Amino acid sequence: MPDTRTRLRAAVLLTGLLVLAAALIGAVLAGASDLGWQRVLAELWAQVIGGRSPLSAREAAIVWQLRVPRVLLAGIVGAALAVSGATFQGVFRNPLADPYLLGAAAGAGMAATLVVVLAPAVTGWVVGPLPLAAFAGALGGVGLSWLVGRSAGRGTSTLLLAGVAVASFLTAVQTFAQQLNTDTIRQVYTWMLGGLTVSGWREVAIAVPYVAVAAVVLCLSARLLDVLALGDAEAASLGLRPGRIRLVVLAAASLATAAAVSVSGLIGFVGIVVPHVVRLLAGASYRVVIPLSLIGGAAFLVLADQLARTIMPGELPLGVVTAFTGAPFFAWILRSSRRGLS
Amino acid sequence: MFRRFAPLLALLLVLTGCATRPPETSAAPPDTEGAFPVTVAAPGAPAVTLDRQPQRIVSLSPSATETLFALGAGPQVVAVDSASDYPAQAPHTQLSGLNPDPEAIAAYHPDLVVVYADPTGLADALAKIGTKTLVMPDAKTLDDAYAQFQALGKATGHQAEGESLARQTRDDIDKVVADTRKPARPLSYYWELDPTYYSATSATFIGQVLTRFGLTDIADGTDPKANGGYPQLSAERILQANPDLVFLADSKCCGQSAQTVAARPGWNTLTAVQRNQVIALDDDIASRWSPRIVELVRTVADAVAKAGA
Repeated sequence: MPDTRTRLRAAVLLTGLLVLAAALIGAVLAGASDLGWQRVLAELWAQVIGGRSPLSAREAAIVWQLRVPRVLLAGIVGAALAVSGATFQGVFRNPLADPYLLGAAAGAGMAATLVVVLAPAVTGWVVGPLPLAAFAGALGGVGLSWLVGRSAGRGTSTLLLAGVAVASFLTAVQTFAQQLNTDTIRQVYTWMLGGLTVSGWREVAIAVPYVAVAAVVLCLSARLLDVLALGDAEAASLGLRPGRIRLVVLAAASLATAAAVSVSGLIGFVGIVVPHVVRLLAGASYRVVIPLSLIGGAAFLVLADQLARTIMPGELPLGVVTAFTGAPFFAWILRSSRRGLS
Repeated sequence: MFRRFAPLLALLLVLTGCATRPPETSAAPPDTEGAFPVTVAAPGAPAVTLDRQPQRIVSLSPSATETLFALGAGPQVVAVDSASDYPAQAPHTQLSGLNPDPEAIAAYHPDLVVVYADPTGLADALAKIGTKTLVMPDAKTLDDAYAQFQALGKATGHQAEGESLARQTRDDIDKVVADTRKPARPLSYYWELDPTYYSATSATFIGQVLTRFGLTDIADGTDPKANGGYPQLSAERILQANPDLVFLADSKCCGQSAQTVAARPGWNTLTAVQRNQVIALDDDIASRWSPRIVELVRTVADAVAKAGA
């Protein structure tokens, strides 16, 4: 019996990986500029196997310096947001928890705004202090929520409420700073919309280590999350320390969120919906939900970013695309799974 | 909620901006010609009837502020908004043109308020205290800008100056365009509004100015009016279009320069970067429909002449 279940899990994971691979390859072959997928394929062939590439130096730069890092970054950001969402939902046993709830987004937004307002001249979006500030702000927001929640008492709902209070306060600080300097409001808004328009290898290099560390920690903790899902008393009776586990996995998930936010701005929806879809399709065990959220989040954001890049002559904000495409899909999954259950 | 309005707000901010530079026009003595009452309107804005020459003007539009001072109506201006930073002698205040507060404006006892948009019912609020509100919306064409010069002249009792300013600006621009040698082959350009590659198509005010030089805009898709004329381009598209000229209207706001552009991934392959044809503009001059548009036209002309040579 456990053997069948293991095999089933392996099959589901394998399917996820295949979907992700297809999404990645498709996204590299087709992009905003019309290079022709056959020519890009020939370029990939020439680079990997050897031979002549049909692409000019500028076209090759488009593929290798813009498109490939952007596709990878979409995957990394999507994986980070989805796995963080799954973790937050598990830790708080609250299906509505997501990476942005505990002040991560508000903290990042506030820090980014302060940098833009206080040091407008040095804010080159691409290489400037904005991502770093967002990163620090996201961690600070979650940390503050945790401190406030801990001092207020135990229990997951206390922490969530603390997160709401902290997020409101940080958002107020951000709005106040914006009002003091309306000239720079635009930059902040662009960032708040989220997107990967300005991204390259540098951003990939910024995000990869943090997301990788968080992903390893969370995958290793998946079994503990399963125990935690039974309840704190049950976990304690098995010799685990629920408080400590929560702290570790929350730190890992916040780290992944902060890394994602710092390179992509605010992209909603992924963190809350992908884990739910995974759960509906593959069951609630975290040993499946965590890795599948990583894979599914990556595939989802790669596809969403592909739409953002190619659907219109201009770019669409990625946050708009994720909600636009994700919400109906989610509703459909929800509906068909309910029908199957009843 | 604000996310939905962000692009709109962003657009508004693009069209306003901030600036410093010595004044170009000498203040003409205020004349009393032009019989009041007068009725004036900018293209696309409601008409306003003024019973007598306004003596206390509040300007909440940087473009209007520049125009008022160029007309010689400067002595009548008692307050300008926080984004109006040119000319230097304008009476700067913390008033907001983006989110105007009728009570704060009323504190200056204006008899005329000039704004670039009135989505919040400012005109109605000010009418209650007997103040007229003149809306000077974003100019869509150079002709709109000239019409605004004339309307502001007429409204402030400087009708002759308004007309001559419009004529002079038109003549200057026409002359600069005519004097610029047309390049042997058509040149293309990318107009950068911010470092996330928001751009302007040829359907916009600025696009129309550049079209006069025979340039083609890489932001034009199948429909230049798409995305309100201010689409966000992807780096891929920009690289593939390979513009001959890159104009940076984000040098002051966002610290962009020929160096930062050259350092972007893949951008070193662009013709504009390789031939040193990346032009950092003054953000404010590049985003206002004021008499200083002539300066912008000259800068563009120089760049075109150099690139076409």
